[in-house]
Amino acid sequence: METEYVLQMKNIEKEYYGNRVLKEVNLSVKPGEIHALIGENGAGKSTLMNVLFGMPVIHSTGGFSGEVCINGEKTEIKSPLQAMEKGIGMVHQEFMLIPEFTITENIKLNREITKDNFLSRIFRNKGLKTLDSRTMNNDARKALDRLGLGIEEWVTVAGLPVGHMQFVEIAREIDKTGLKLLVFDEPTAVLAESEADNLIAGMKRLAASGIAILFITHRLNEVLQAADNITVLRDGEVVAARKKEDTSVAELAELMVGRKIDINGKAEQEDDGLDKDVVLEIKNLHVDMPGEKVKGVNLEVYKGEIFGIGGLAGQGKVGIANGIMGLYPGTGEVLLNGEKLELNNTMGALNKGLAFVSEDRRGVGLLLDSSIELNIAVTTIHVKNKYLRKAGFFDQLDGRAIREHANRMIKDLDIRCTGSHQLTRQLSGGNQQKVCVARALTLDPDVLFVSEPTRGIDIGAKKLVLDLLVKLNKELGMTVVMTSSELVELRSICDRIAIISGGQVEGILKPGDSDRDFGLMMAGEYRKMLSKEAI
Amino acid sequence: MNKFIKKIGLPRLIITLLFVAICISAVVLKLPFGMLASDVIRRFGMFGVLALAMVPSIQCGTGPNFALPIGIICGLLGSLIAIEVGLTSKALGYGFISSVLISLPLAVLTGWVYGLLLNKIKGSEMLVATYTGFSIVSFMQIGWVTLPFRHPEMIWPIGRGLRVTVSLDSTFGEVLNRFWGFKIGSVYIPTGLLLFFFGCCAAVWLFSRSKSGTEMYAAGANPKFAAAAGINVDKNRVLGTILSTVIGAVGIIVYSLSFGYLQLYLAPLYMAFPAVAAVLIGGASTRKVKISHVLIGTFLFQGMLTIAVPVANQMFPEGNLSEVLRQIVQNGIILYALTKVGGES
Repeated sequence: METEYVLQMKNIEKEYYGNRVLKEVNLSVKPGEIHALIGENGAGKSTLMNVLFGMPVIHSTGGFSGEVCINGEKTEIKSPLQAMEKGIGMVHQEFMLIPEFTITENIKLNREITKDNFLSRIFRNKGLKTLDSRTMNNDARKALDRLGLGIEEWVTVAGLPVGHMQFVEIAREIDKTGLKLLVFDEPTAVLAESEADNLIAGMKRLAASGIAILFITHRLNEVLQAADNITVLRDGEVVAARKKEDTSVAELAELMVGRKIDINGKAEQEDDGLDKDVVLEIKNLHVDMPGEKVKGVNLEVYKGEIFGIGGLAGQGKVGIANGIMGLYPGTGEVLLNGEKLELNNTMGALNKGLAFVSEDRRGVGLLLDSSIELNIAVTTIHVKNKYLRKAGFFDQLDGRAIREHANRMIKDLDIRCTGSHQLTRQLSGGNQQKVCVARALTLDPDVLFVSEPTRGIDIGAKKLVLDLLVKLNKELGMTVVMTSSELVELRSICDRIAIISGGQVEGILKPGDSDRDFGLMMAGEYRKMLSKEAI
Repeated sequence: MNKFIKKIGLPRLIITLLFVAICISAVVLKLPFGMLASDVIRRFGMFGVLALAMVPSIQCGTGPNFALPIGIICGLLGSLIAIEVGLTSKALGYGFISSVLISLPLAVLTGWVYGLLLNKIKGSEMLVATYTGFSIVSFMQIGWVTLPFRHPEMIWPIGRGLRVTVSLDSTFGEVLNRFWGFKIGSVYIPTGLLLFFFGCCAAVWLFSRSKSGTEMYAAGANPKFAAAAGINVDKNRVLGTILSTVIGAVGIIVYSLSFGYLQLYLAPLYMAFPAVAAVLIGGASTRKVKISHVLIGTFLFQGMLTIAVPVANQMFPEGNLSEVLRQIVQNGIILYALTKVGGES
């Protein structure tokens, strides 16, 4: 067997509950190479890495097929610990550091170098040995030097800039002897631009010392800056493998997004005389939602359209609807039908005619231990005082009205259940989603916000949920604002799609626009390209 | 079989079996059936309202109200004041109605303050509640001695302060039990007591079906969901706490009335635990509870204890084994239920 590769993954296939997420994926990395792995959310990058690291989630769901070779030797990795022993390290997106410890202590955590003292000699107990701080500091120094990081090894991690924390994390990996391959999982996501440049310089230095690097990212310009070879994943398949010299940001963007299913119908009816009444106007909206910060979004949503909000995870697209609904603190101006909407007031937003289907279906969207009918009615009971009977000085729920309405919804939305009294916990994901939509519809909203409506539900149900949204839009003339990570979905049903990058609107596209434009916008490169072209 | 156990719930099953076993041994030991049955029914009505106090607190999401002594002390104070001032005419139920009325504002006020406290310590309600209960009982040790009560029936004849137990013979002792009470054979049915208990249950049930009740339930079942529906979660938690405290106050008045004494000083210290254990045995969890859980749980738990005392005394005349048994069952059940917190998915 050829041994020129550190890592070879051959014909990797993986299914989750009959849902194929990886199809014949091949990936080879040479020593000293920086290999970039790019793809949209859900393209299969994390699954591939889980396979590589032998994460329990892979084995508990039936394992995978295909083989993984390390240094040309076929290996079975059963646990992350084993992966570490084989010389594979990972730098996580979220830092796994103990803030109160010094850099050295963090680097050497659980791999401390110790020396004997008289107690440990007497009791012959390893746990009693003294830490050999000098050797440990030396090792840490060496690792930091290899990265070209000039800070002292005895500083505590708390208070270090984010970029430095990341380096400490990397230093910990390279300090492990026998490290051959280091995986960076979206390392630049949390970094400022200059820090990212530093990181890339550090990566190059590492690669020069013979360590192979697998670099997972969304930022296309960094890919071209850093990587030697690039593999593009889409829908669990390798769609292209390119050398750096042979490709461009535009091509990568196109490859990453590329579309399989056709746009059904929506694109044709472009300019079908949508009356351009602005129903919702968002001005300079900032929302402080952890992980999905919105930093100054301006949008106009027209009456009667399906407006899509897309973008990569963590860029802030989810924060927009949450902010408008007052679930996370926000500032800025939101006008609904020309009327100013008070932010941070959920009750007010619901009263004004907005309704929201949350992206967190089980966490926010449902009372899991309650019946379908109560789930559907409860928000309306609270907001509109409907479904109530006066009984003396107590008001009582009107059980019959609630049940009738629930049954109508179950029929209209085709919710598969044993009856309106069934607990929502027992429903499948798609049907749970329909219950959420039914609850929102019960409010009789002017504008319906739907976040990630198809997350975590199977493919058949996905289509049903999307069809439902189109039906609501067409038959009831309801304005729908749909947020989704799946571009294909947005392009199949939306009239216009805003792509969010870095907490701001990167641009607004029609579903029929080119893959290249979508890809560039998702990667946050569109405006940069435009300004370059202008020059 | 597994499904069956799951449906009934392990604790409920064990207690039911134990209850049946004890009943059988009572028959074998030829204990007087009429007396035991009367006792079971009386204690069922007597403890029921206290157990009912767990419903609003669990529904609003603060878990079983281990701080029940707060409500209990309000009820005791209400009763003492009613007797002290002499509001014990027949029209006022010999003091029962006036005790309830006086204790209500006290319970609302303390429940409100305690609810605000609970909103500051979300996530560790049960632990904080337990110690809040202990603290308030300890604090009232001073209170019982120093409060300016003068009524000769409740202060020590010599020295100062209230007695440890205050007899209700001359006031509202057993007033509910005797109301429409009758005998079937040798079994006494305390109609008024049972009616009052069922009435309280009905009131709580009606409340849970009202708009506020539904909102409180939503706030407790899933705070994030409630927030997304525009429901003020904190306000509903306070409301639930107030209701629980108020029911606790009424509960202790009913309890004392049927018992015949007001028990002061250390007596309220552990009052919360049998109430919590009862609803848990009835099938409630720390997050979910129904009125039926209160009824079933109180009956099983109190029934078992009532019959276990004479049975254990017959079998092991030397020690107070029945008390030990009560402790084991009560604390065991609470422990079991706490291990289940958040366990179900």
